Amino acid sequence: MKLLAYFRSLAAKFFHPSRSEAELEEELRSHIQHRADDLERSGLNRAEAERRARIEFGGHARFKEESRQELGGNFIETLILDVRFGVRVLRKSPGFTIVAVFTLALAIGANAVVFGVMNGLILRPLNVPQAESLYGIEHAKEHSMYESYPDYLDLRDRNRSFDGLAGFTIDQIGVDTGENPSHAWANVVSGNYFDVLGIQPYLGRVLHDSDEHGPNSAPYIVLSHAYWHNHFQDDRGVVGRVVRLNKHPFTIVGVAPPEFHGVLLIAAPDFFVPLVNLEQLEGKNTLDVRRTESVFMTLGHLKAGVTPEQAVADLNSIGAYLEKNYPRDHGTTTFTLARPGLYGNFIGGPMREFVTGLMLLAGLILLAACANLGSLFAARAADRSREIALRLALGASRNRILRQLLTEAILISLTGGAVGLWGSVALLRWLSMWQPVPKFPVNVPVTPDASVYGIALVLAVVSGLLFGFVPVRQVLRASPYQVVKAGSSGTVGRRITVRELLLVTQIAICAVLVTSSMVAVRGLARSLHSNFGFNPRNAMLAETDLNMAGYRGDQVPAMQRRMIDATAAIPGVESVGLVGRAPLNGGGFGALVFTDRTTDLRPSNAAANAIRYNISPEYLQAAGTALLAGRAFSWHDDKNAPRVAVVNRQFAGKLFGSTMNAVGGHFKLRDGTSIQVVGVVEDGKYMNLTEDPEAALFYPILQAPMSETWLVVRSNRDPRQLAAAIQSSLRGLDSGLPVFVETWNQQLGFALFPAQVATISLGVLGAMGAMLSITGIFGMAAYSVSKRLKELGIRIAIGAQPKEVLQAALGRAFKLLAIGSAAGLVLGLLATRVLASIVYQATPRDPLVLAGVVLAMLLLGLLATWIPAQRALSIDPLTLLREE
Amino acid sequence: MSGQAQLLPGTLDLLILKAVSLGPLHGYGILLRIGQISGRALLIEQGALYPALFRLVRQGLLKASWGTSENNRRAKFYELTSLGRKRLKEETEGWNRLAAAIASALAAEPEEI
Repeated sequence: MKLLAYFRSLAAKFFHPSRSEAELEEELRSHIQHRADDLERSGLNRAEAERRARIEFGGHARFKEESRQELGGNFIETLILDVRFGVRVLRKSPGFTIVAVFTLALAIGANAVVFGVMNGLILRPLNVPQAESLYGIEHAKEHSMYESYPDYLDLRDRNRSFDGLAGFTIDQIGVDTGENPSHAWANVVSGNYFDVLGIQPYLGRVLHDSDEHGPNSAPYIVLSHAYWHNHFQDDRGVVGRVVRLNKHPFTIVGVAPPEFHGVLLIAAPDFFVPLVNLEQLEGKNTLDVRRTESVFMTLGHLKAGVTPEQAVADLNSIGAYLEKNYPRDHGTTTFTLARPGLYGNFIGGPMREFVTGLMLLAGLILLAACANLGSLFAARAADRSREIALRLALGASRNRILRQLLTEAILISLTGGAVGLWGSVALLRWLSMWQPVPKFPVNVPVTPDASVYGIALVLAVVSGLLFGFVPVRQVLRASPYQVVKAGSSGTVGRRITVRELLLVTQIAICAVLVTSSMVAVRGLARSLHSNFGFNPRNAMLAETDLNMAGYRGDQVPAMQRRMIDATAAIPGVESVGLVGRAPLNGGGFGALVFTDRTTDLRPSNAAANAIRYNISPEYLQAAGTALLAGRAFSWHDDKNAPRVAVVNRQFAGKLFGSTMNAVGGHFKLRDGTSIQVVGVVEDGKYMNLTEDPEAALFYPILQAPMSETWLVVRSNRDPRQLAAAIQSSLRGLDSGLPVFVETWNQQLGFALFPAQVATISLGVLGAMGAMLSITGIFGMAAYSVSKRLKELGIRIAIGAQPKEVLQAALGRAFKLLAIGSAAGLVLGLLATRVLASIVYQATPRDPLVLAGVVLAMLLLGLLATWIPAQRALSIDPLTLLREE
Repeated sequence: MSGQAQLLPGTLDLLILKAVSLGPLHGYGILLRIGQISGRALLIEQGALYPALFRLVRQGLLKASWGTSENNRRAKFYELTSLGRKRLKEETEGWNRLAAAIASALAAEPEEI
C-alpha cells in the first residue's frame, strides 16, 4: 500500500509539479511572516521587519532546493526541472542545437539502417516454425548446395539426423491463365517441402509426400499469397482452377500463408510446383541423372538431440557411400551445414562480411559524431564557465551541475535519435518494397522491428552519455573564484587537450570512411569499364525459353533460327546472335573436360571445369567477342557434322598449353565424347565480376540444342524503339511466347548489383564522414578564433601580417587535420582489403585513390576553416579592445 | 556569538524530535522552542530547518498538517508519530551514552591511567 501511495504521489508530482512546490513556498513564507511578527513586536516597522526576517532566513533558493531533494520522489522532479532548464538553454542557442541534433540524427539513422539490414538478413531467423534447427546441406569443398535428384533421394532416405529432408529448385516458368502469357518464378519443391518446414495452407491445401507417384504425377500448384493477391485478386474460388505452366495443365490446390516467402530471404517465389513434374517444366527429364544437379538446395530440421557435428558426420558417411558406388559422378563428397536463408555461405558469407563491415563503419560514424559533439560540448562548457562558476558560487553542488549538463546532452541525443530513427524507418520500409532487378524476384526483407527501435534508443542514450561526459573534468576542476576573477578568456596552452585528441580521432575516422568509399567508387568505375569478354554497349537482349511455349526437340533450333532471321530483318540491326544463357547472369552451366589422352574419366581427373555456352554462328560477332585464332561456327556445324567447340584463351592454356596449339586439337567430355576445337576467343567474365579467369567453351546450338534463348541484337537504334520492334517481330512468330527485352547494360545490373550496393552505401557513409569532419574542424577553428580574438587583435595592432595571423589562429587546426588524415589514410588502406572481395578491382594501392583522399581532406579542411579564417582576418583591433 | 554552540552534525534531527515531542509546532515555533529549551545556547540557521523537517517527514518520524497559528496565520504544524517517539527515545539514550563517555574521557586525569 505504501508503495502504491508513493507512486501516486510521484504521479501527482509529475502531472502537477507545482502543487508541492507551492506548498513548500507557502510554508517558507509563513515562517518569514512569523519571524517578522516577532521583530515587529520588538519595535520595527512592518517593511523593515520583513526585510530583516528574509535576511535572517538565509539562502532561500538553496534551502528550497535542499528541501525539494528531501521531499522524496525528487529524481523525477529534478529531472523535470533539468529538462525544462535544458530546453530553455538549448532554445537560446538554436544554431548549436540544430547542428548537434542533425549530426546525431545522421549518425544514429545510419546505424539504425545498417542494423535494420543486418537484423533482416542475418540476425533474424527465417520466418518458419523452429527456424533455429533448420539447416541446409552445403558442400564442404565449395560454397554450393546443388545436388542431383538421385543424390537428394539418397541423402533424404539414408540420413539419420534430419526430421525429413526437403529439396527445391528455382525455375522461370511461362504462365498462361487464359489471359496474357507471362513469366513467373517458381520454387519447384519436393513433396515433403511444406511438411518439413511446418507450413500450413492459407487456403485449400499444400503439397504432400502422398502427391508423388513418379515423374509428372503431381500437376498441382500452390500459389504464394502475394501472387494470389496480385494475379487472382484474392479470389477464394481459385482452388481447383487449372492454369497452364509451360503449356502443361496444373491444378491450383491452395495458397501459402502470407508470411511464408520460401526459404530464400532475398528471392520470394510466385508459386510452388512439385519437383516430380520437373520434366514438364524444364522440357527434359533430369530426375534420374546423377550428373545433372537439378536440386538447388536441400534442407531440413535436425532431429531433437542431434548436434550439427553429428549430422555432418552422418552426411559424410552418405557422401562416402556415393563416392564408392558412383565413382564416375562423384569426387570427394563431404558436407557442412549452413543456414538456408542466404543460400548458405555462397551469398551468406560475403553478405555477412560486408554487412558486418558496414556496421563497423557506421559505428565509426557514430563515434566520430560523438567526438564531434564532445568537443562542441567541451567548448560550450568553457564558454559557459562564467555561468557555471556563478551557480557554484551560489551554492549549487557540482553533482547538480553535471547532472544538468548530462541532461542537456541526453536531450540532444534523444531528439537526434528520434529524428534519425524516423528517417531510417522510412528508408528501411522503402528498401523492403524495393525491386532492384525487375526481372528477378529479388527483394530485401528488412522491415524494421522492435530490435531496431531498441538499438536506436540505446545508441542515442549511450552516445548522449559519451559526449555529455567530455566536459565533466573541466567542470569538476573549475574554481568559481578563479573563473570570475580571470574572465572567460581562457589560457592558450601548447598542451594537447582532450578536445584536440577528440578532433584528431574524429578526422582519422572520417579519413577512413572517405578512403574506403573512394576505393569502392574507383573499383566500381573500373569494373564498369573492364573487359567482360563481350561489349554490352549498343546491344539488346531478348530473353525467353522456348520450353515455356511448348517447343520440343527439333522444333527448338528451327524456331531459334526463325527468331534470329526475324530480328535480323528489323531495320537498323547490325547483327543478331543467340546464346543459351548470357554470361554474367547469375548462373551458368559447367562441363568437366578432360584432355584427349585421359582414359579414366572420373571427376578428379578432369583438366578443367569449363563454363559452357550454346551459341549460334553469329553470336561472337554480335556480342563483340574477339576471335583470337581459328574460325567461328557456321550453320553447317550441325548434327551430321563432327562435334566442334570454340574455347577461350584460359581453356586453351589449360588443356593445350597455348592458343595456337588449341586450334585443331581435341578434348573429351565425361561421357567420352571427343570434341574438336575450331576456334579460340578472348577471356571474359562469366559468373561474376570478381572471379579469376575461368575456362569457358562454346558449342554450336545445332549440335547442342537448348531451349533457353537469349538473342543478342546489336544496333545503334534507340533502345526503346528497338525493344518494341523486337517484341512485335517475335510476337509475329508466336504470340504465346513470353519475351523479356532489355539493354545488355540494364541486364548487367544484376551482375553489378552487389558492387553497386556496396558503392552506394560506402559512398553515403563517406559523405557523412566528410560532413562530420567539416563540422568538427569548423567548430574547433571557430572556437579557437573566438577564444583568441583579443590576442589576435593585439597582434594585428602591432603589425602582424595576414599570413602570420592565420598561422596563429588556424595553424594548430591544420596540424591536427594533417595528423588525423594521415592516420585515417593508413587505417583506411588496411580496412579496404575487406572490400576487395565484393567490389571488383577495389585495390587500395591506387595512386588516384591516395591523391583523391589527400585532396579531399585538404579541401574539407579549407572549406571548414574558411569562415573562421575570414573572421580572424577581419578583426578590427580598435573595436575589439574597446569592447572588452 | 559567545555563549552559543555550533550544532554537531546529526544533532539537529534529535533536537527537532525533542522540540516537537512537547506538543505540535510549526517550523518557526520549533526554532523558538529549541532556543527556549537549550537556554538560547544552540544556533540554528533558520532555512536549514526545513530540509531536516522534510527528511523527518519522509522517514515517517513526523507528520504534518496545515492549521492556524497563534498569530492567526496559516502554518504547517508538525507532530511526532509513534515511530518518531520510539526514535527519539533511542536517540536520546544513544546521545546520553555518548555524552557521558566523552565527558568521562575529557575528565580523565594523569593519575587515573
